[in-house]
Amino acid sequence: MADSPKIKFSRRGFLKGAGVTAATTVIETANALARETQDTNEIQGPEALPVKLHINGREHSVVIEPRDTLAQTLRDNIGLTGTKVVCDRGSCSACTVWIDKTPALACMTLAIDTTGRKITTIEGLSHGDTMHPVQAAFVKHDAMQCGFCTPGMVMSCAALLERNPTPNLSDVKHAVSGNLCRCGTYPKVFAATLDLAQQRASLITPATETEA
Amino acid sequence: MPLDTLTPQETTPAQPEPAKRTENFVFGIPQTGLEQKEREVLANEPPPLGPNSELMYIGKPTVRYDGPAKAMGTGKYTADIHLPGMLYARMVDATIPHGRILSIDTTEAEKLPGVRAVHVIEHVYGLAELRDPKQEIPSRYPVIRYAGQPIAGIAATSQQIADDAAKLVKVQYDAIPFVIDRTAARAADAPMVFPGPADEAASAGGGGGPKDVPQTGNVHGPQRKQLGDMEKGFAEADVIVESEYFTQVQTHSALETHGFVVDWKPEEVTVYASTQGTSSVREEFADVFKLPKSQVRVITEYMGGGFGAKFGAGNEGVVAASLSRKAKAPVKLMLDRKQEHIVCNRPDSHQQLKIGAKRDGTLTAIKLTSYGTAGVGTGAGTAGPATNMYKCPNLLTEENDVFVNAGPGAAFRAPGHPQGCFAFEQAIDEVAVKLNMDPLLLRDKIDEHPARKVERQVILERTNWRNRKPAGSDTGPVKRGMGIAQSVWYRFIEMNSSCEVRISRDGSVELMSAVQDLGTGTKTMLAVVVAEELGIPPANVVIRIGDTRFPIGPDSGGSVTTGSISPAVRNAAWQAKQQLFAAVAPKFATTADNLAIRNGHVVFKNDPSKSYTLKQVAAKMPTHEVSARATRVAEYSKEHLLYGGVDYVELAVDTETGRVHIEKVFGAHDCGRPINPTGVISQINGGILQGLSYALFEQRIMDPNAGYMLNANLENYKILGAREVPEIEVVLVENYIAQSSTDAAGIGESAGIITLAAAIGNAFYNATGVRMRKLPMTPANVLAALGKTQEEGEA
Repeated sequence: MADSPKIKFSRRGFLKGAGVTAATTVIETANALARETQDTNEIQGPEALPVKLHINGREHSVVIEPRDTLAQTLRDNIGLTGTKVVCDRGSCSACTVWIDKTPALACMTLAIDTTGRKITTIEGLSHGDTMHPVQAAFVKHDAMQCGFCTPGMVMSCAALLERNPTPNLSDVKHAVSGNLCRCGTYPKVFAATLDLAQQRASLITPATETEA
Repeated sequence: MPLDTLTPQETTPAQPEPAKRTENFVFGIPQTGLEQKEREVLANEPPPLGPNSELMYIGKPTVRYDGPAKAMGTGKYTADIHLPGMLYARMVDATIPHGRILSIDTTEAEKLPGVRAVHVIEHVYGLAELRDPKQEIPSRYPVIRYAGQPIAGIAATSQQIADDAAKLVKVQYDAIPFVIDRTAARAADAPMVFPGPADEAASAGGGGGPKDVPQTGNVHGPQRKQLGDMEKGFAEADVIVESEYFTQVQTHSALETHGFVVDWKPEEVTVYASTQGTSSVREEFADVFKLPKSQVRVITEYMGGGFGAKFGAGNEGVVAASLSRKAKAPVKLMLDRKQEHIVCNRPDSHQQLKIGAKRDGTLTAIKLTSYGTAGVGTGAGTAGPATNMYKCPNLLTEENDVFVNAGPGAAFRAPGHPQGCFAFEQAIDEVAVKLNMDPLLLRDKIDEHPARKVERQVILERTNWRNRKPAGSDTGPVKRGMGIAQSVWYRFIEMNSSCEVRISRDGSVELMSAVQDLGTGTKTMLAVVVAEELGIPPANVVIRIGDTRFPIGPDSGGSVTTGSISPAVRNAAWQAKQQLFAAVAPKFATTADNLAIRNGHVVFKNDPSKSYTLKQVAAKMPTHEVSARATRVAEYSKEHLLYGGVDYVELAVDTETGRVHIEKVFGAHDCGRPINPTGVISQINGGILQGLSYALFEQRIMDPNAGYMLNANLENYKILGAREVPEIEVVLVENYIAQSSTDAAGIGESAGIITLAAAIGNAFYNATGVRMRKLPMTPANVLAALGKTQEEGEA
């Protein structure tokens, strides 16, 4: 959390309950997200209002209440149900999406605060039937059981590899330290992410090195 | 259905004895040598399979059938279902732990724009009920017996409106004194949770406890089991260990909460359910609403974990259906996370054990007395491990349920066993200490199970066990140790396990069954079985399951699924193949019995040079498709079979902070013939980690003054996270038992969840010389056990 930006929560009231203890990386990004995107004093709501959201490279016009979370809006208004809601209070990371490439908790983000930002959900990682390399690595290593935490795990691991292409085991554990899994898929999540990172590294490493 | 009815049932043949033949089956464990076992099988069963080493797909690692859908987020869970015009619902729960409802006022809620239906519950399901209802004053509404008990449900056009409306329901109570603590509830003057004897109906998946037992105050029991002569047994003992253990209440915490989407139409009620049993949901919906089963359709395509918590209609299913019927619109009702923590749990326990043994280790007597609370339910027994693990001629177990005003217990991954094993497998270690024997060698002496013997040998050879030091040898503040514990689980078979296999003329293959996949890998396992029989890759088999329009499937509880359905699937695939061969043989100028599938090709048995793909052969069918339907047939022999495993733990205890750090877990497990080792190992990893989480972190915390759960969420109810994951290694021991056409079995229960707390306890003792008698092993409980802080009475 060393480099989390200093921000003010102006709409903190919607956070359900105090004592949000969700771990590490997701918080730093969630904080960054809570920045007000519109520095206007105009009062919005409480009635529903039309907004435009930029999701997976497409603009979506939705009518939402200011209190609607991004998770609810993605799932109920837009039909992107890959983003799962598990704890609904920022302690499990199942709802992890990217906002401007940074992982964020969609259950702790008001949808209205994401206007003008680029949102990427699990559906935005793949191209048609072609999986993102992290998704393919998860399948190869069976890094899933019931699959309910899987989209959040994939989003966290893909973001890790974007910012650190050569993570070690501790880096991977840190990246998913906020992602809870009840089936116990963690060991294979670690294996999938590390294996992918190594494969990519070996592609970059000149072949001659292997002769040494 | 209770677990003990899942054992193979004898069906009286209504028709003449069906044709049978005799076959030789592979039998035994590869490590100790495979033999042949002769069995009588029905004429329409396939020939026996060889060992996995000789097979093409069974026993080979196979990629999860629905892996891409899960990784890409495209799989639709019940929580993801959206139907046109669908309403969203929220349950209204009791805010007091015990009392009578005087009035329920829903007018304000109904006035809220967007609210479409309100349903007030008339009968609450899932808890014990008075044997004689007349012992309680009649009441319009169900008596409230725990905080969080469902009272009503509200459906509205958005989840937010439903949530707002739920807060507007005004309930007036007449409070009754309550009791939360198990020990306090046993006192003669404790408030009574039920004014007289009460029993919980057995539920699917093993919930509910014994009936026909005495009840004194809040104590429902004992349920007594006795073997031999206890006095004689203890008189013969050279050493006697007497000890006491305590375990906590654990909540299931499946990531997808319980929930339903119900679309009530006059001609058919469609129910999307997050359930472990589509057939149990159908059964209960039909029963509650007096509908013919033919008018209830249950769908569970993807399911976000159950662990024993999700069978039947549940109060939320009944409410969702009632709201849908009233509003004439589909209704989605998912519990919120707080409700999920309260709706059911793994009961706690207080166990007293007395074990007698001879100097050579032979057990002479085992006595177990346990008290546990399943809240307002029953089913807190713990005697499974003590009764089934080792041979002992004299045994007495007395299990008691203690009613308290808290949410009901339910089946939870190996009901009763993690609690029982925590006490029993540590007590066995205490016997080893008293006898000055190696705990692993003591188990070799008292346990003759062939698979367990191999598993202990694997642990001896592959872990650090031989370098184990005497207890408490480390001199620094951080002390290291290692320990083992064993599990047993039962071979339960559900005969209501059917499927259809269809081969189309284009060569495509489908399997259909109502059985559901909880995330355990059922779809993949089924694809592998069909693939083996038809010689096509598992990915080429289309699996359609989780829909009661297909042939009935088993409920997934007690590790019954694989053992029950896989033989039916193999038989159906084989029968479809026979039909295919019969249909095409004339076109190939041969006979059906000259055709076989070998190495992925259809070949002539008398001329292996004639080789075709399934697609080429199917193209010659005179009809568009062939299909076969098969149902589970009886086990080949009536032996009482147990599965299990041995888990080894290496840990470090920081005796200054009280923190327990698990460094390594090594598990050796058996589940008959593993169908897809990838899925089996994933599940064992999961059992180990859930067991570790139970041992170190999880506990329901109740406010004894207010009577409600304080940590009904995922930040204060701590479950294991990535940082706490140790190195894990798993070895699968193949154990051929010649019981069915696949010889397979599930691994859900015996996979680590049973053993871990006991193995950690034994390793803790080895590290520190101190016995952990209480779960969870939080720093506070550890420091108390080490005598560094005052113990606060038992939980």
